[in-house]
Amino acid sequence: MKMKITIAVLLCLAILVGLFLFVHAGQDDLRVFNWGEYIDESILKQFTEETGIKINYKKYASNEEMYAKLKRGGSRYDIIVPTDYMIERMIAEDMLEKLDFGNIPNFGNIDSRFTHRVYDPGSEYSVPYMWGTNGLIYNTEMVHGEIDSWDVLWDETYKGQILMYDSMRDSFIPALIKLGYSINTRSPRELEEARDLLIAQKPLVHAYMGDIMRDSMISGEAAIGLMFSGDAVYCIDENPALAYVIPKEGSNVWFDAVAIPKGARNKEAAELFINFLCRPDIALKNTEYIGFSTVNAEAFKMLPPELLENPAYWPPDEAIDRCELLMDLGDFAGEFDRAWTMVLAK
Amino acid sequence: MPNAYRRFITLPYLAWAGVFIVLPILLIVYYSLTVEADGHLLLSLENYKRAFDPVYLTIFRRSASLSLSCTAICLLLGYPIAYILASREYAHKSFLLFLFLIPMWMNFLLRTYSWISILERNGLINTALRAIGLPTADLLFNNAAVLLGMVYNFLPFMILPICSVLKKREQSLIEAAQDLGANSRQVFTKLIFPLSVPGVVSGITMVFMPATSTFIISDLLGGAQNMLIGNLIEQQFLRVNDWHFGSAVSVILMLVFLASFGIFSAIDKDEGVGLLY
Repeated sequence: MKMKITIAVLLCLAILVGLFLFVHAGQDDLRVFNWGEYIDESILKQFTEETGIKINYKKYASNEEMYAKLKRGGSRYDIIVPTDYMIERMIAEDMLEKLDFGNIPNFGNIDSRFTHRVYDPGSEYSVPYMWGTNGLIYNTEMVHGEIDSWDVLWDETYKGQILMYDSMRDSFIPALIKLGYSINTRSPRELEEARDLLIAQKPLVHAYMGDIMRDSMISGEAAIGLMFSGDAVYCIDENPALAYVIPKEGSNVWFDAVAIPKGARNKEAAELFINFLCRPDIALKNTEYIGFSTVNAEAFKMLPPELLENPAYWPPDEAIDRCELLMDLGDFAGEFDRAWTMVLAK
Repeated sequence: MPNAYRRFITLPYLAWAGVFIVLPILLIVYYSLTVEADGHLLLSLENYKRAFDPVYLTIFRRSASLSLSCTAICLLLGYPIAYILASREYAHKSFLLFLFLIPMWMNFLLRTYSWISILERNGLINTALRAIGLPTADLLFNNAAVLLGMVYNFLPFMILPICSVLKKREQSLIEAAQDLGANSRQVFTKLIFPLSVPGVVSGITMVFMPATSTFIISDLLGGAQNMLIGNLIEQQFLRVNDWHFGSAVSVILMLVFLASFGIFSAIDKDEGVGLLY
């Protein structure tokens, strides 16, 4: 009898210990949490070869997903790559570690135009990674006339030919700008108008998509899509009939930056990794591979001319001047969610 | 002694169930009954009230109609298939059953993605239609495509339980019925079908539950245009970070499953099949 109890207790322990071991496997690795399709993965291998530090690489699909996993999920990561407005929010909520720039000498390679931005005014918590814009990608063989305005997203002649992002903040950008409002509005009335505009657009939309929109544009499934500039660079490279434009009414310019979340176990290795990403040859390799615009002044000097001439990769300054940054909405984000749910539920 | 032995041998399972099943459910219920205000958690029914907002009711209705259609189609397709696979001619040819299982070895996401390249405008079907000069059609990103994806992915869950119940039926019972003058239709309606009800019931639950809570099929094949309950829950947890409302919707979904489970087991008893086992 006693023995049976012992066996049962031992079995319980075995299960728990097994789980514990499982959960804690690879504790010494550098844990990197990045967007999908957002790094040349050979860079990870090269880092391990040069430093001996193993990398545990995980991906997310949106800032909000990354935030939720860090805030509530108890996930621990050493490196994350949030967008400007999310960095602002995470700094405000004390979720980021201050960086020790003594360990990141390559920070000097970053173009000073991209540091000390409004989301991290002291440039203490983040090191810029990539930047880009939101705009329209279109298939020149499938559209008529010049595409230069968000109005085409509401043009009846493109019924069933329009692709949108299934992302709340990005999808509201065209609607809010078309109405002449800020993309960071906190006015319920303005948001309602934008929502009604998106509901009116719905019959024209072929689908709301994530990353697979790139494949759909390349294969000519649709004529027009709302897209990030870097994805557009990739698509145009695959299908030269595609073109990208920042609409004349203005758009969103954004910056993604590397940061270390509070609770990171391996802060020094993380800073070593950030320093590695800022090395000109690595930054160049990365930007050429993923197609998003570099923030690295040294890498910029080595860019091939065809990238510099590509307005999707390096838009003219006057186009950037028309663009606005996204800001953290605080509690008003909940209102955006309700409005977006109403669009998708209709 | 044997009883005590049994109790102890179940301990590891009970510990497992407690930590990984009961505790998470309690947590979800707790989350669903609280709201966050100024960094404090307050007890409230707000989340449940919110779930009955007309916007969300539209989502519930759409989910219900899609998953019920999916279950009905799976039953209509799955029963005859299971019947054939369990019949004496095929029962030994496990190879056939195998064919139905092979697709399940592939990743669920991959299988769903591949439907995109079959159905899209320049996909397999439309390219073939164009080649023989027929007009093409928009097959993707509508409710029909979502329904197709559901039926395709969940059909095996209907076939397998029915098939295993049908295989176990006593040949002598059928012979007895025939001896007593039952024609083949009567044998089926009075004997074989009632005997297979437990398989049908578990098939229905195994199809209905994942069909109601799926979010990836409606995302990929529906073009995210028609939000389902699964998408709503996913959005609350991953994008909006409102775990309280997400939990409330999950609890409502669980209650629906519980109710349907109750109805099904009542049917099960009415049929009187319990006696035979």
